[in-house]
Amino acid sequence: MQVYGVDIGSRLLLGTAQYPSPAILGDAVRASGAEIVTVSLRRESGGNQHGQAFWNLIRDMGVRVLPNTAGCHSVKEAVTTAQMAREVFDTSWIKLEVIGDNDTLCPNVLDLVQAARLLSDDGFDVFPYTTDDLVVAERLLEAGCRVLMPWGAPIGTGLGLNNVYGLRSMRAHFPDVPLIVDAGIGLPSHAAHAMELGFDAVLLNTAVAKAGDPVMMASAFAKAVEAGTLARSADPMEARDMASPSTPVLGKASLG
Amino acid sequence: MNVTVVGAGVAGLTIATELNRRGCKVDVIDRAPGFGRDTCSWYAGGMLAPWCEGDTAEEPVVRLGQEAIGWWRQHVPDVIENGSLVVAPSRDAGELARFARRTEAHRTIDAEQLAELEPDLQGRFRQALFFDAEAHIDPRKAIAALRENLAASDVAIAYNTSLESHAVSGSIVVDTRGFAARDVLKDLRGVKGEMLVLKAEGIEFSRPIRLLHPRWPVYLVPRGNGHFMVGATQIEAEDRGRITARGMVDLLNAAYAVHPAFAEAEIVETGADVRPAFPDNLPRLRWHGRTLHVNGLFRHGFLLAPACARMAADAIASPGHKPELMDEDHRERSIA
Repeated sequence: MQVYGVDIGSRLLLGTAQYPSPAILGDAVRASGAEIVTVSLRRESGGNQHGQAFWNLIRDMGVRVLPNTAGCHSVKEAVTTAQMAREVFDTSWIKLEVIGDNDTLCPNVLDLVQAARLLSDDGFDVFPYTTDDLVVAERLLEAGCRVLMPWGAPIGTGLGLNNVYGLRSMRAHFPDVPLIVDAGIGLPSHAAHAMELGFDAVLLNTAVAKAGDPVMMASAFAKAVEAGTLARSADPMEARDMASPSTPVLGKASLG
Repeated sequence: MNVTVVGAGVAGLTIATELNRRGCKVDVIDRAPGFGRDTCSWYAGGMLAPWCEGDTAEEPVVRLGQEAIGWWRQHVPDVIENGSLVVAPSRDAGELARFARRTEAHRTIDAEQLAELEPDLQGRFRQALFFDAEAHIDPRKAIAALRENLAASDVAIAYNTSLESHAVSGSIVVDTRGFAARDVLKDLRGVKGEMLVLKAEGIEFSRPIRLLHPRWPVYLVPRGNGHFMVGATQIEAEDRGRITARGMVDLLNAAYAVHPAFAEAEIVETGADVRPAFPDNLPRLRWHGRTLHVNGLFRHGFLLAPACARMAADAIASPGHKPELMDEDHRERSIA
């Protein structure tokens, strides 16, 4: 997968919040094989330099940091947080989240497009957290985004891929845009499913962080993502309605 | 053996108590003017809840924390051994099942049994987890009691005193300065915590109530006379500033979810400080020359201080001895 000119080997991106400890987070990142981790500037640290010690631990993991604007509810908040993240992490990458509703954490797609345009114009490489709406996706690409991150289900629910049809059309509509399923993944089978649909990667956090054994779960996700990717490349069979015996019936001995 | 303990928080005073009990000549210094808002222990919840902590903490916390109740009972009055309760709002009922799976020494009780334990929670929750072997203390009273005990044994506690200004009488220094010791413990970090004290009319609990929350565990600890400590947020920030609006809203929402009468409560006190933590959130003992560092008690100060004090006293008594939490650099362990 190539995003913003960078080749990425691993199809699994991990969030860094809610782990029992930074040491377990580090072990989970290693077990997942992830090359990119997201870090929340706002929610973890109140949006200033006070989180430096935690960020240093993440930097020591030797992975690429994708800072995010989690918890931002307006264009202004998101843009300010992105600018702060660029300084703190010395990267032009930003995972853009503009939340529109507190109960579902549904993205506010109107503000998202606006913030994406402002940030792209300002030289950012924007990874927008969006819904599976195709028109919004078009607008985000017009605004300068070169990757799209539709939700599988609302953040933290672990419900998996809520709208498989929508995700499939998105893949069909944008065959050349890197697409990453972000949010809602609860189980490795959900991640495998996203990869089988042809998505380029999955991004998840709670499913690993809140597992009883986050390191083991990280390794389970790595295997699932690999399985889904292989299955996609192997060109799966078409599903059909009628049974089709794998052994021919014709010529079976008739013992009557 | 002469020992100077630097830091008069819960770690320092439990170590001084333990060393004094074993016959060492101890003195304690602290740069603060007294026990108060400059000391992390001031903001503690005082829950002695090793099994509940097992939800997120690693095994040593659960095991070593079990030493705490007996130790505190032996050294301070008013250890309240009524257990603790865990509840979840109905929309987070799955969280209660998860918590039950990942912890031990509890039993599931229904609404009726809950009302017998805590009459003011009648009709509030359909289910709860009861950890009957857990306990709680008022941390400020406990620290006062340790100070009195030490004074009675002629262990001096000098406030407004730092190591630089103090002629060290001890041949060994035990450094328990918490986050302030980052000047020498480079892998120590601060994790911000925020708390409130509420005064509510007409509600009484006999034990801590922990409300499961998607981001952090929030608990209400009864402090008597209608006072309740509500804590605590857990934020990866080294910010000793004041409580944030978000922190306050989250804590108040949790209190309100436990009982709507908290909406009418007075906010008596707010607090924020940073907990000292190593990357695995477990405490460490570490020798630097003749100085023994005891640090990184994270959110488990009152729970783990007795075990840390025992290990510190062992390490000082026999210099070749290596207690389990002792090592040079924990990063070797976590990466291995």
